[in-house]
Amino acid sequence: MAELTRSEVAYVAKLARLTLSDEELDLFTVQLGKILIHAQDMSALDLSELLPTAHPFGLVNVLRADEVRPSLDRDVVLAEAPDAHEGRFAVPRILGEAP
Amino acid sequence: MTTALSIARDVNAGERSASSVLAASLAIVAARNEELNVFLHVDHEGATAMAAAVDERVAQGLNAGPLAGVPIAIKDNMCQTGIPTTCSSRILDGWRPPYNATVIDRLIAAGAVPVGKTNLDEFAMGSSTETSAFGPTRNPLDPTRVPGGSSGGSAAAVAAGMTPLSLGSDTGGSIRQPAALCGVVGMKPTYGLVSRYGLIAFASSLDQIGPFAATVTDSALLLEVIAGHDPRDTTSLPEPSPVLVAHVNDGVAGKRIGLVRELVEGADEDVVNAVNSAAEALRAAGATIVELSIPELRLGLSAYYLIAPAEASSNLARYDGVRFGLRVNGDDVTAMMEATRTAGFGAEVKRRIMLGTYALSAGYFDAYYGQALKVRTLMIDAFRRAYDHVDLLLGATTPSVAFAFGAKSHDPMAMYLSDVFTIPTNLAGEAAISVPFATGEAGLPIGVQILGPGRSEAQLFAAARVLEIADGRP
Repeated sequence: MAELTRSEVAYVAKLARLTLSDEELDLFTVQLGKILIHAQDMSALDLSELLPTAHPFGLVNVLRADEVRPSLDRDVVLAEAPDAHEGRFAVPRILGEAP
Repeated sequence: MTTALSIARDVNAGERSASSVLAASLAIVAARNEELNVFLHVDHEGATAMAAAVDERVAQGLNAGPLAGVPIAIKDNMCQTGIPTTCSSRILDGWRPPYNATVIDRLIAAGAVPVGKTNLDEFAMGSSTETSAFGPTRNPLDPTRVPGGSSGGSAAAVAAGMTPLSLGSDTGGSIRQPAALCGVVGMKPTYGLVSRYGLIAFASSLDQIGPFAATVTDSALLLEVIAGHDPRDTTSLPEPSPVLVAHVNDGVAGKRIGLVRELVEGADEDVVNAVNSAAEALRAAGATIVELSIPELRLGLSAYYLIAPAEASSNLARYDGVRFGLRVNGDDVTAMMEATRTAGFGAEVKRRIMLGTYALSAGYFDAYYGQALKVRTLMIDAFRRAYDHVDLLLGATTPSVAFAFGAKSHDPMAMYLSDVFTIPTNLAGEAAISVPFATGEAGLPIGVQILGPGRSEAQLFAAARVLEIADGRP
């Protein structure tokens, strides 16, 4: 498998919504590269006959009756939000001005 | 420190008050917390009220529960209503959960008194508490050394005698490894035995809450209280809490126990010697010891360090400055999210989010994440074959005794190797316990690990109890 590059690390940081400094990019490229090299003990194996396990006991849907039950109070939840407005979470502008 | 079992008995009998037990616990916290940095928050007011409520029940002639008046420390990644819960991260600094984790409800119903929240590696990512945003916890047995992690604060709380019990969470060894380094008993229960409702998610298919205690019996007592089906966790096993305390003295006569080469290889000589002595003690108690090799276990570390970060990168996407915790403003919503996450997460959390995002990204998914999930299957099959021949497995918990601060914190791969013996149990969803046995370098404790298939907790406690007695703690 090809070695991890600095530009790949920068791209992944963008996907993960993280801003990395030049020093962090250099450091992470080396550190993450070492971890991926360690993982090559797995890539050498032929596991084509095996099914993947995403969960130890297999996940099944758990259903309950479709009945309204008490839930957390909206004001209590919004009290922990960084910003709230008229019963909703408030965030900076998402859409630009109309052209 | 008195055991939880005797405290609960005395409190229910009216021979001691829960309030006096709490006062003694808080006095030790006050004397040592500044030095050791075990608790991030101590809930004096709430704990005092809960202890008074226990005393009131006893005064009314009621049974106050199996943990009546027992102070307990809670790892700060479990939600308790109105109590600051940080995951040792700046991104949750100041957040107060609006609900209790199921384990908190069960503890309070059993008469236990949660005294506060303990330090951990940020979002439980680490093996030393050095990644905590609020400074590391010091090992009570040698403050120049780490307590292990990620549940280092909870292990240290018990080791320092602050509380007889504490709760931790174990994703790749985060209960067993600090238990070993602090000289206490730590159990990682079968996946699904303890509800994860209110446990802040790190890697959901691996995370499991479990007990810390000074004795095996106390550990079993605490697990009995917190285990059992919870409809609020869809991965919770659909069965009641197992009977454990009644079986702790069942012994190991007639059991077959596999001494696993891959669970000691690379460990320091003092650790290897302790495991061999433990095997001798189990044999003396009537078990048959079988030497085994399970080469698949060597792949655990690689699989874990792709699967856990992949799940974490998804779980930690929720910290975006919108609904709770830190917000750092930006010109638009994307800039706000990026500024918040950049300021809120520490280096190790960023590293794991990056690794997980990479492993899940287009072009690499099959090669890394997909292959790791198949290795997980390989490991489950290997354990199953081993358990066709033996009842339990034996090995070391950690490669060495507690290490010094800074010894591994600059090399992530070296730190990850601290978990090499504990990770396979999490990947397989099975159970394992670390029990102190013998001492090593500088007189520091060594943890011996006993592993079992899913739902083998009663057998694990019984085997650990044999080692506890053999090590001179009757």
